[in-house]
Amino acid sequence: MRYVYCMADVSHVSRGPLEGLIVCPVCDATYQLQRPKNGERAVCGRCHKVLIAPRRKAGVQIIAVAVAVVVLIIAASVFPFLSISAAGRSNAVSILDAALTFTEGPMLVLALLTAGFIIFVPLLRMLLTMYVLIPVVLDRPPARHAIRAFRLSEAMRPWSMAEIFALGCAVALVKVADLATVSFGPAFWMFGVLVVLVIVQDGFLCKWSVWNSLEHPKRQ
Amino acid sequence: MELSGTSEKTVTARAAGLVACTRCTRAWPIETQVCGRCGAKLVSRDENSLQRVWALWIVGLMCYVPANIYPMLRTQQLFQVDESTIIGGAVDLAHYGAFGIATIILVASVVIPLGKFWAIAFLAVSVRSGRGFASHHRLLMYEVVEYIGRWSMIDIFVVAILSALVQLQGLASITPGPAAFFFALSVIFTMLSAQAFDPRMIWDAQADDDEAL
Repeated sequence: MRYVYCMADVSHVSRGPLEGLIVCPVCDATYQLQRPKNGERAVCGRCHKVLIAPRRKAGVQIIAVAVAVVVLIIAASVFPFLSISAAGRSNAVSILDAALTFTEGPMLVLALLTAGFIIFVPLLRMLLTMYVLIPVVLDRPPARHAIRAFRLSEAMRPWSMAEIFALGCAVALVKVADLATVSFGPAFWMFGVLVVLVIVQDGFLCKWSVWNSLEHPKRQ
Repeated sequence: MELSGTSEKTVTARAAGLVACTRCTRAWPIETQVCGRCGAKLVSRDENSLQRVWALWIVGLMCYVPANIYPMLRTQQLFQVDESTIIGGAVDLAHYGAFGIATIILVASVVIPLGKFWAIAFLAVSVRSGRGFASHHRLLMYEVVEYIGRWSMIDIFVVAILSALVQLQGLASITPGPAAFFFALSVIFTMLSAQAFDPRMIWDAQADDDEAL
């Protein structure tokens, strides 16, 4: 992969049209916009933040992954996830059961937060991503409120915690292992695939390209 | 580093009479209030940022204290009831020989939260005083804090999974203790505190130093 370092051009910053500039959100350095080719990255010369990282067919790939993730989230929340048995007694739970386990008094808040972090936030992010990107990929004008939708999706990014939940499962399994026999349900494997897909998708998405195509729908 | 020389030539948006949108990187004339592309509120430097950072930091720290005092898990095995705190639980695990898991729990629920409190406080103080590390190190610290903070939630998820799973009537059952509630709040507030920090201030402090020299 080739890196393109953005270089400041002082004489142009004050005169050229503002549309031709890009400002690093981390360190406020201003650059003359140079669009990298597919597979290249434009990186801030001062703080090394990746500013633009376009990929060929990224839109279609992201939509495909999003569809897969939506199906997996719904399936993984409903089917049994883990089951446990000891001395003839057994219990099977789904992810939704695990999330909604805190149900007494103030714990209810915690239940809603947990369910949100591991199911609803990732699900909503995927739906919003599809809503924003499908018209863009089809060269149509952006969907209504697409800008608001993408903004919401970006704001929710740190609160989408599926991968953390996955590591939590591993820890919980070891804790229970000497107490009882644990077996995996179908949802366990679905959730594993889902975590990988979510991480892959995060790498594909170039925020700048999305904002740019929402601003200039035709000139992709 | 080969690019260290570029920092002198860097033009900040503020110096060029512009204001940047931190969400979509578009530049606007400095008096613009709202980004015309993505609708974000535009502020050249968020002067109230540190106030919000400290307020959320204090709430997070206040929640972290009961999170360590109250029990995190109540384990009922036949007629015996065990209540364990975060640290107590990790020590028990180490006793059983599960050192790897004990380490994960200790790192995720003690080392990371405490390190985060320290790092946010250090950044907030050093941005004001302009002393401490070079900007690159401070930025690295900021990125690590932003990235790693979410992982503290792992303990809450472990408690959620255990409490849902281990419900074997009469034989064994696990229920969450009040510490889980406070711990989750502490993680959420420190995440918000880190998000409230305006990283552009890290670089301003450095630029002021360069001018002073």
